[in-house]
Amino acid sequence: MTAPDPMAEIRASFFVECEELLEALHDGLHALETETGDSETIHVVFRAVHSIKGGAGAFGLDHMVRFSHRYETVLDAVRDARLAVTTNLLNLFFRAADHLADIVRAAREDAEFPVESSAALLSELDAQAAGSRPSEEPADVDFAPVPLSLDFEDDPETEYDAALNHFQIVFIPEPELFETGNDVPHILAALADLGELDVKCDTSRIPTLDQLAAEAVYLSWSISIRTVVDEAEIASIFEFVEGLCELQILPVGAGAPTSDPTDTGTAAEPTSAGAVLAPLPEPAASAPPRDTAKKTVVRVDIERVERLVNLVGELVINQAMLSQSMQSAGLSPHSDAMNGLEEFQRLTRDIQDSVMMIRAQPVKSLFQRMSRIVRETSASVSKDVRLITDGDTTEVDKTVIERLADPLTHMIRNAVDHGIERPEDRLAIGKPRQGSVRLSASHRSGRVVIDVSDDGSGIDRPRVLQIARDKGLIPADAHLTEAEIDNLLFMPGFSTSSSVSDLSGRGVGMDVVRTAIHALGGRITISSEPGHGTLFSISLPLTLAVLDGMVVDVAGETLVLPLSAVSETLTLTDANVEMLSPGRSVVRSRGAFLPLLDLGALLGYRGPGDSYVDRIALLLTLEDEVNVALMVDEIHDQRQVVIKGLDDSFYRAPGIAAATILGDGQIALILDPADIVVHANTAGAITATQQKLEARA
Amino acid sequence: MSLEILAVDDSRTMRDMIRLALEPVGFTVHTADDGVHGTEVLAGINPDVIITDINMPRMDGFGFIDAVRDNGSHKTTPILVLTTEAAPEMKMRARSAGATGWIVKPFDPSKLVKALQMVAG
Amino acid sequence: MSDENVAQPIELLTFKLGDQEYSLDIMSVREIRGWTKATPMPLAPSFMRGVINLRGTVLPVIDLAERLGLPKCGQNNRNVIIVVKHEGQMTGLLVDAVSDIVSLEAGDMQNPPDTGVRDGLSVIKSLTLIDDRMIRVLDLALVVTKAESDAA
Repeated sequence: MTAPDPMAEIRASFFVECEELLEALHDGLHALETETGDSETIHVVFRAVHSIKGGAGAFGLDHMVRFSHRYETVLDAVRDARLAVTTNLLNLFFRAADHLADIVRAAREDAEFPVESSAALLSELDAQAAGSRPSEEPADVDFAPVPLSLDFEDDPETEYDAALNHFQIVFIPEPELFETGNDVPHILAALADLGELDVKCDTSRIPTLDQLAAEAVYLSWSISIRTVVDEAEIASIFEFVEGLCELQILPVGAGAPTSDPTDTGTAAEPTSAGAVLAPLPEPAASAPPRDTAKKTVVRVDIERVERLVNLVGELVINQAMLSQSMQSAGLSPHSDAMNGLEEFQRLTRDIQDSVMMIRAQPVKSLFQRMSRIVRETSASVSKDVRLITDGDTTEVDKTVIERLADPLTHMIRNAVDHGIERPEDRLAIGKPRQGSVRLSASHRSGRVVIDVSDDGSGIDRPRVLQIARDKGLIPADAHLTEAEIDNLLFMPGFSTSSSVSDLSGRGVGMDVVRTAIHALGGRITISSEPGHGTLFSISLPLTLAVLDGMVVDVAGETLVLPLSAVSETLTLTDANVEMLSPGRSVVRSRGAFLPLLDLGALLGYRGPGDSYVDRIALLLTLEDEVNVALMVDEIHDQRQVVIKGLDDSFYRAPGIAAATILGDGQIALILDPADIVVHANTAGAITATQQKLEARA
Repeated sequence: MSLEILAVDDSRTMRDMIRLALEPVGFTVHTADDGVHGTEVLAGINPDVIITDINMPRMDGFGFIDAVRDNGSHKTTPILVLTTEAAPEMKMRARSAGATGWIVKPFDPSKLVKALQMVAG
Repeated sequence: MSDENVAQPIELLTFKLGDQEYSLDIMSVREIRGWTKATPMPLAPSFMRGVINLRGTVLPVIDLAERLGLPKCGQNNRNVIIVVKHEGQMTGLLVDAVSDIVSLEAGDMQNPPDTGVRDGLSVIKSLTLIDDRMIRVLDLALVVTKAESDAA
């Protein structure tokens, strides 16, 4: 294994820090906008940009340095109260923050950033800066990072091969020199690095002990140096003490040593500081920094966390298998072994929860990205829309957050582009001119619910229905409920926009959003009230790693369903199954008829119309209140399974969510019941069944 | 020559850079996130040199230098200020606050080492 | 492919599909394992044999013969799965039997003649002769990724 490049690591860490700084920047601007900040807010905003600039300089990211410098200049003017915060200025700050985020992203990905795209913003920033500048101050020239001011340049010995320069230096420290922490021996040592020194200390001014003043300086130094460097370089050694001492540097005939070289001692070991000051304390053994009240954060490579998550997953499987074999061994429930097992189960759960929490992150960063989407989208369609966020401290698995960005972006764009009316239309119907898009996150019964709602016009159902008919997505005579019409938006190939705007168009519809949500083990539902707005509700699992599953057998294949979807199971008999037509049956349960779907047939394991007798029906209650019965051959058991993702290269069919590895090493597929039902529904099974039911009623 | 350094900067990148520049040459580097944290860390160590940023939350670099200089045991500990501005008034302000010297960011590691050696041997 | 000046030797893993010999660049081959029962993927194309457990990860297995439009692999104990990695994605290729590892120079390979449109040929990158037998060198990217686009 090769050692990681520390510079690359710091660079990576810089970009992580940039994300945090951009978030702080955004938070600060938001606080300024809503006037919820305090006097510290503008400093936080300034520091965020300032720190980005500092880091960018270290990595030679010139454009980032340039942009953040000019951004910072305007922020500095606000900080010094030379410039008042106005809506326009905040708007500029937000756009500059977004642009800076783009620059950072391009740099992180080593992508070429179109520098000219910054020009307009820079000139706006410069205009603000110019307006705020005190008149006597010269215009700010382009910031150029200057390397360390102590300019030693290259190693002198190797650079020149010329004869040595000889200088005579008179150096008389003043008390202030020592007060700033400078000291003579170090300066002499630094000089000694440049050439050969001959140091004489003039102690003639030291008074007798009774007259010694504690903070006065009595020593002066006369130094002769033979060196390859020039006078400027010698002077640079005294840069820190310039003005704090009397200093003369006199050349003594270049290249011609005047004194006998043998006479020249090497750097005299300076014996003491020139002033009588409290001696430096003895260097104590370094103690660890005291515990502070600050929250300590450890950064860990995500791969290590993944490994831990996987191991815990295996532990969960192992524990389930152990538990199974102990039970079948017929141990008494009150035996020590069984009590121990119970404790083991509890600990396993706790470990699992704790590990999952490592991966959890607040949705805040995601929501912030959406606020940018709202700004950009509303600007480009000339609407006035604000984003209201709620619950942005809600924590969700990191991967879920990452993979939610695209679907959420699309939904937010849709909401602004299609949902919210034009300002004049809103005013005409008595709505406030400014539209709102609300984004909220919360934990609800072991899942995360993310709602995206707008106060726009709601879904135009007659139009949706017409489009679906025109596109042949539904039969012309289909009878659909309001909810079913709304759900047409999720059908592949559906797009309501008659003029495909360049925003939400792009050939992507809500079906892609739904697919993305399903891939995360989530569901999305829609509800809408004409004239008042639309609500999309996304429900997601807290973790992508482990699932409480029901293991079933269908046509010789083992499958896993999420336990949460199964509300009841019952054995099918002639008494509780009614056939409507060949292949279309319903199950009677508690006085209601549920469509019976043969899982084996839906997955192509066997042909339709197989016998149902003695098979099992899993009654599923899905989130959108659809109740169906899924026919399987046998229920194995209930257990936790570790979820293994399947991507497109697996030819994953609708309804197959993921896979897991069972105790015997075989792979079982994990189903997404809602997707299976929707798929069956698309195929017309449920609608047809319901129509038949209605006909019977 | 090995030195013990306290680096105070609210930017993790900058702290990492300092660490990267100094640890390979055998320096011991302690870090703190801002002035307040810096004084806390300082209570438990005895660095040869302190490096501090200026713009920091809670307590900025000037406040931190004041606090260090007011503390009897670090009255003469050299303090280098990290600054992005090479402006002379910045240096003067740092010095009047009690700083020993300054380093302009971004810095070259070998020059940082030389600067440290110049103020602390 | 076009750049045949490179004198770098290329190592190929040769294997049999029916009575024809094919080969893959050994650099893309991760391991070779015996056939185990795969869990079928519902409603997948028929060349998708299903998924197997490869030390804790789920590996998709493609019947290479069927993928190339040849008669399906006859199932017997000599069948093996060649585990390949392409752009980070591992895939198992079910073949009849692995034959040999041969070392060639790029100049020993020639482009397949343009014979028209047969799908099975399009994934053949080049042809070479070994002991007077014609060996087809597969373009793994096309075997794996073209298959993905078929899924859409």
